[in-house]
Order: sequence, then C-alpha cells, then structure tokens
Amino acid sequence: MAQRHDPRLPILAERDLGKTPVIECKKLGIDFGGLTAVDDFNITVGQTEIAGLIGPNGAGKTTIFNLLTKVYLPTRGSMYLNGSDTRDMNTIAANRAGIARTFQNIRLFKELTVLENVLVGLHNKMSYKLPEAVLRLPSYWREERKTREKALDLLSIFDMQDLHGAKAGSLPYGSQRRLEIVRALATDPIILLLDEPAAGMNPSETGELMKNIIKIRDTFHIAVLLIEHDMHLVMNVCEVVGVLNYGRLIAKGSPKEIQDDPLVIEAYLGKKGET
Amino acid sequence: MQFLSQLINGLQLGSIYALVALGYSMVYGIIMLLNFAHGDIIMVGGYLAMLAIGAGVAPAFAVMISIFGCTILAVIIEKGAYKPLRSAPRLSLLITAIGVSLLLQNLALLIFSANAKPFPGTSILPSGSVSIGGLSIGTTAIITIVVSVVSMAALTLVVQKTKIGKAMRAVSEDTEAAQLMGIPVDLIISVTFAIGSALAGIGSILFCCRYPLLTPTMGSMLGLKAFIAAVLGGIGSIPGAVVGGFAIGLAEVFVNSVGLSTWTDAVVFGILIIVLLARPSGFFGRPMVEKV
Repeated sequence: MAQRHDPRLPILAERDLGKTPVIECKKLGIDFGGLTAVDDFNITVGQTEIAGLIGPNGAGKTTIFNLLTKVYLPTRGSMYLNGSDTRDMNTIAANRAGIARTFQNIRLFKELTVLENVLVGLHNKMSYKLPEAVLRLPSYWREERKTREKALDLLSIFDMQDLHGAKAGSLPYGSQRRLEIVRALATDPIILLLDEPAAGMNPSETGELMKNIIKIRDTFHIAVLLIEHDMHLVMNVCEVVGVLNYGRLIAKGSPKEIQDDPLVIEAYLGKKGET
Repeated sequence: MQFLSQLINGLQLGSIYALVALGYSMVYGIIMLLNFAHGDIIMVGGYLAMLAIGAGVAPAFAVMISIFGCTILAVIIEKGAYKPLRSAPRLSLLITAIGVSLLLQNLALLIFSANAKPFPGTSILPSGSVSIGGLSIGTTAIITIVVSVVSMAALTLVVQKTKIGKAMRAVSEDTEAAQLMGIPVDLIISVTFAIGSALAGIGSILFCCRYPLLTPTMGSMLGLKAFIAAVLGGIGSIPGAVVGGFAIGLAEVFVNSVGLSTWTDAVVFGILIIVLLARPSGFFGRPMVEKV
C-alpha cells in the first residue's frame, strides 16, 4: 500500500486507471463440473474507483467475488492484484495482498464482541507472540492498547465505538452490515468487495450507506467493488458498472451508458416502454 | 468429615478429567473432530515421564519432557493425519482419529509390552498429607487441584485476551470468513492442538501420580470419561468442559464412597444419557439449529 492519494487532492482528478489497476482480470472463467458459471470475465478496477457489478440472480456475481478472494480457483484466465499475479495465492495471501470483503448473508463472528470482530480483522497487524501474552510482557500491553485504539477508531467511522462491548450477534441488522464493513477495513485492504451491502435495508438506511461508501473511499483511498440489486445505489455511487448475465459480461461502462445500453435494457432492466 | 475428604477426592479426579476434556472440546470447537487419539496422548505422556525419570532426569525436567512430548506428538498427528483430510467428509476424519488411537496403543504395546509398569509418582509429587482441623488432605490432591485451576485460568486468559485466542474463537465460528480476514487458519488449528495436548500432558502426570500404573490402554478409559465430560458440558465450550469434568469426577467418587464401586461407570454413562435426553447440546453448548 505504498502509494496512496494525498487526501487534499480531489479523487477523480487523481484517478489513473490505465497504469496501476487494483484488480485486473483477464479472461477469468470457472466451471463447476460441466456447468460454466463464469466465462471470459475481463474487468479492471482502478485505484480509488467505485465499481459496480449488477445482473440477475444466478448470473455469477458472487462466484466472481469468490474467484477474486481465492475461495474458488479459476479454471481459466488470470487475475492481478495491484499488479502481481494471484496464481499462487490462497485466500489468506489474497487478503494480505489487499483484498477484503463482506458477505451477502452476514457472516460476523456472532459470539465475539463488536470490538473483537474488528480485532480479528487486525490480527495480522499485531506482532507479539503467545509467550509474551501469557507472561504479560510490556510488548503485549503496548500492542494490545495500540490495536484496541485502532479498532475503536475504525468503529468510529460508523459511530459504533460505544457498542464495542456488545455481542456482534445481538446488533440490529443494519449495524451488523456496518460492522462487517469495519471488520473488512481492519485488514487494511486496497480494494473492498461489498456483496449486496444494501440488502434488507430501508430507503433511508440505503441513503446512509451510499454516503458511507463514498466516505470510506475518500477516507481510506481504496477502491470499492460492489454487487447490488438496488439500482438507485448503483447508478448514484458507482463510477463504472459491469453487467453480468449467464456468467458473461454483457456490458461495461458508466452508469449512463449502462442505462442506455439496449442489450442491458433487454436482458436485465426489461424492454423499453415497460415499467 | 467423610464427606469433605470425598469432596476433595472428587475435585482431584474431576480436575484431571476437566484438563483432558478441554482438549476434546477445543479441537471439536475448531475443526468439528472428535479426536479419539486424545486419550492415548495421555498414555504417551505417562510413559515419557517414566522413561525420563528412569534415565535419571530431574523430576521437574521429566514433567516438562512429558508435556512437551505430548504437544509435539499432537501437532505431528494433526499435520500428518488430519490436515490432509481437511476438506474430506467428517466421518473420514473421525475414523482416522480412531486409527491413530489404535496405532498409538499398539505401538506402546510393542515397545512396553502389555504388563503394567509402575509409575514413579512419588518422585514427582511428594506423598504426604496436610491436616486441617482434623481433616487430612493428601498433598497430591492439593497440588492436582491447584495446578489444574492455574492451567485453566491461563487457558481462559489466552482464549479471551490474546489475538491467538480471538483468532481461535473466530475460526471455530466461521473458518472461511476467518480465512477471508487473513487469519492463518492452519497455524491456529495447530496451536489449538498444541494447547489442548499440553493440558492433556499436565493431566497425564497428575493422573499417573494418583493411579501410578502404566498400561498401553490406560488412555482409552480416561479419554472416554473426559469425552463424556466434554459432551456433558457442551462440546466446543471451554467452561462446559471444566464443569463437565468436575461433575463426572465428583459423581464417580461419591458413587464409590457409598460402596457401589462396581456401578461407577454405569452411573457416569447413565448421567450422560439423562443429560443428553434433557439437553442434547449439554450444559453450555450452543443449541443446534438446523436450517431448512
């Protein structure tokens, strides 16, 4: 994470899509048995870009997230994370290389507290060893205090620092979704993958979420790739949108271009004239 | 008076069961494996201590060799036998664990023969007794209870307060999500086995000091009782394993003390059956919710 933008500069002017994409997929594909779930998937996400992936249910969107995070290994094609080939990476290595995600069906560590969930995300940032912890050496206390402060800082993005002692499973739905984002941010990513972040949210919560996505991008200077069915969110937050149908990208472009693309309108939004 | 001395007896036995049950529970919590080789680790620990003392090693070092040996053995078993089966059906893992258990028992049979060997318990824990208000308590009992409680407190501290402990709890709740957060899952699983077996190693020394006879199959009954303790408390739960261990230990001692020693095992298994009928997930277990 060597280079990050100077926060004083406007983000869009700084964008430099061609040179160092955060994620670059080339002809990525995966088969499950005889079924081709994703094929010929090409996408480039630039630094600090907010990209969206839309498509009907079963189009392969979550499969793509699983490919990007190395939960599935691709049958074909290649993927580069910040310029380096991910061929030999496993899930853990991909996370360390800067990819973090949330889940469609929230997968927090429900029995752990809010703070502990964030601390799990910060696991790799703590450097003390087990004996130091058992013996309670100063290095343990120092690290623990530093990390705890960092975790509370992260929680404060969503104003959740006062909830730190509550069990994650006891939080209301919207807060659980926010906590998942904080936990992902704790792993210090260069790209954040959000799998249907607005699912189950009411319009005012969705509005809040839209502001937060932009805020996260501007605060952490990271890229965001999101899957979403809420077109209002996608069209207002994303700078580029890819449309997936039957495992293939059928269109790619700015929200405006996507909205006007006849293929997309037919395959996804319904024929023109129908509402 | 009679009651109090039996209570201490029960606490002594119970704390040993609790130490061993913790290993079962921790391993089950993290990879859903009933590690039936866990009891045999205890047997290996006993023989190791016997060999070390026989070779003239100072008792304190012999204890350390035994605990360390158990830890290393468990990690080797985990890496060699269980890790290659991580994505295999759970039944394969269970059968492998039984296989490892039989392998260890038969190796011990080969090396040490089936004859019971005396354990030099008195050179490790002094056999004396302290008299408090007319009640005479064996030092072995006191040391056993103290050592167990200290070990359990240390474990609780590690699990609750350190990053390894948090990672262990995270992995046991959702391994894949933990992996996606960058938690080195394989390392955490190995650490869990190591901690569980170190506790078993401590339990092994304490058990052998109380019943100083070593046989290749001594681990199976102790392991089975500890397994019952873990199930009783709610397998996967650390406080559950401790409570279950003490419950089984006390039950055994009190059944013995009323003169029904031939019924001890029947009572223990009976308790298990009754608890499982009333509370299938044990005292502290999370109730299983099957999604339909």
